[in-house]
Amino acid sequence: MSERFFPDSMPAPLASATTLPWWEAAAEHRLVVQRCTSCEHTRHPPAPICPECRSGESDWKEVSGRGEVYTFTIVHRPIAAGQELPYLVAVIALEGSGGLRIISNLVGVDPGEVAIGLPVEVVWEEMSADLAIPRFRPVSEEEPR
Amino acid sequence: MSGRKAHIVGVGETRYTRWGKIGDVTEHALACQAIQRAVEDAGLSMDDVDGLASFAEDRNEAVFLAAELGLPALRFANMVWMPGGGGGCAAVSNATMAVETGQAEVVVVYRSLCQGQFFRFGTGGMDATVPADPAPPTVRQADSMMLASLGMAMPYGLLMAAAAYALPTRRHMHLYGTTSEQLGLLAVTFREHASRNPRAVMGGRPMTLEDHQASPMIADPHRLFDCCLESDGACAVVVTTAERARDLDKPGVEVLASEQGAPKGYAFGPFTNANIPDALYATGGCEEMADRLWAKAGLGPGDVDVAQIYDHFTGCVLMQIEDYGFCKRGEGGPFIESGALAWKGGSLPTNTHGGSLSEAYIHGLNHVVEGVRSLRGESTSPVENAEVCLVTSGACVPSSAVLLGRR
Ligand SMILES: [Zn+2]
Repeated sequence: MSERFFPDSMPAPLASATTLPWWEAAAEHRLVVQRCTSCEHTRHPPAPICPECRSGESDWKEVSGRGEVYTFTIVHRPIAAGQELPYLVAVIALEGSGGLRIISNLVGVDPGEVAIGLPVEVVWEEMSADLAIPRFRPVSEEEPR
Repeated sequence: MSGRKAHIVGVGETRYTRWGKIGDVTEHALACQAIQRAVEDAGLSMDDVDGLASFAEDRNEAVFLAAELGLPALRFANMVWMPGGGGGCAAVSNATMAVETGQAEVVVVYRSLCQGQFFRFGTGGMDATVPADPAPPTVRQADSMMLASLGMAMPYGLLMAAAAYALPTRRHMHLYGTTSEQLGLLAVTFREHASRNPRAVMGGRPMTLEDHQASPMIADPHRLFDCCLESDGACAVVVTTAERARDLDKPGVEVLASEQGAPKGYAFGPFTNANIPDALYATGGCEEMADRLWAKAGLGPGDVDVAQIYDHFTGCVLMQIEDYGFCKRGEGGPFIESGALAWKGGSLPTNTHGGSLSEAYIHGLNHVVEGVRSLRGESTSPVENAEVCLVTSGACVPSSAVLLGRR
């Protein structure tokens, strides 16, 4: 079992047939972005058509899980019962994703130490046997980039 | 054609209260009351009304209102598809199009909100005191596109607007050095305007910058006093043609121009979309639409005498001020510090009713009401000889705006 950061009572993902494959990859601890097979443009959240070339063909590209904080907020009101406060919601610019960002959380960091530009890496939180959520923590200093 | 140019000829509202305080009448009945008052203010009869327009997935369907209010015929019933508060001015815009094209003669735009009778915004209907469903958490089926979009943000606890719109505001602070004190000054200014407005929920509650800075942090950088009120109440405005407006006792206010929309790839804005282009992320997303609005009216920001700017959060007002070109990008903070938004002595008196931060949160339709009053000389913070008023709806979501004028 992975380290837990948020309670089970957090809102569960709601997915359409278009976004479900993203969550299925997440369950396998793979952070992916959707890529147009016609023009290579990447997009997130997953969508049926490439907004650049309008092709409906796409595949999933796995990214490294590294990135940096693009913006963030320190939230002091709970969404779910048993939630630790405050918690951090952030937008992460993902390395090797074709310039994409995702909404996520920052964990394992003192809110006072968070700044835009902070290098981070993905950490998977297993909420249940078939649900894993990607959160992010500061890149540990001893690890080479 | 000029005889069909749209004018707003009447405004009305019910009492405004803190959210959950109106329980003796339904939200629907409150909508009826606001519509009746606006029609009466126009000097028209309900027998003249043949159109109804609203926005934000209104629960109070026009067909029932038309029957209850005894409209002789409902020729135009319309709801805007810009989400939430972004649709207020768009509803006015749609009413404008209806009367200018002859689809209808008299259209009432309305909005009624009793959050206590339904669920409170920002909770998604969830209650943070209720423990989890004992079933293990798993991915669930989204019943709509909006839920599929929110479904990519909710698992991270992003459900509350105060947190969502903190994201672009935080980035604005990073890029341009905008401060919490600058945001606070904006809130203090609107509260001062509310002090003269008997309708304002916070009319009797003065606020200093120290009060703002001492208010609890909700979602950094948003303190409590950076967030709009949560209110119960309803308001309405009546739109008709110049020809009809000429025969009425009170002066009509001309709809000089109206616009609605969103830039490319914006979707629902930063609430669920982390991939808004970098150049647009720390903005209200309204710049392109603002340019179209100015061009359509043949006016520019320098022509505006008074503004009613959608204020769900202080930072969103600041970013809109930049979007509409009242100052350069990144200079919204110093612009606020200059006192520009103040009723007395400001170059751009803004939210003369107190706004959603201090009058009431009626999804911004109360800003249209105040826009009309400010040009009729009926505002409780009147701007002398005001001829042009900008009203905006929403920011950081697809949004809309109108330019109102008095000849
Ligand atoms: Zn493509």
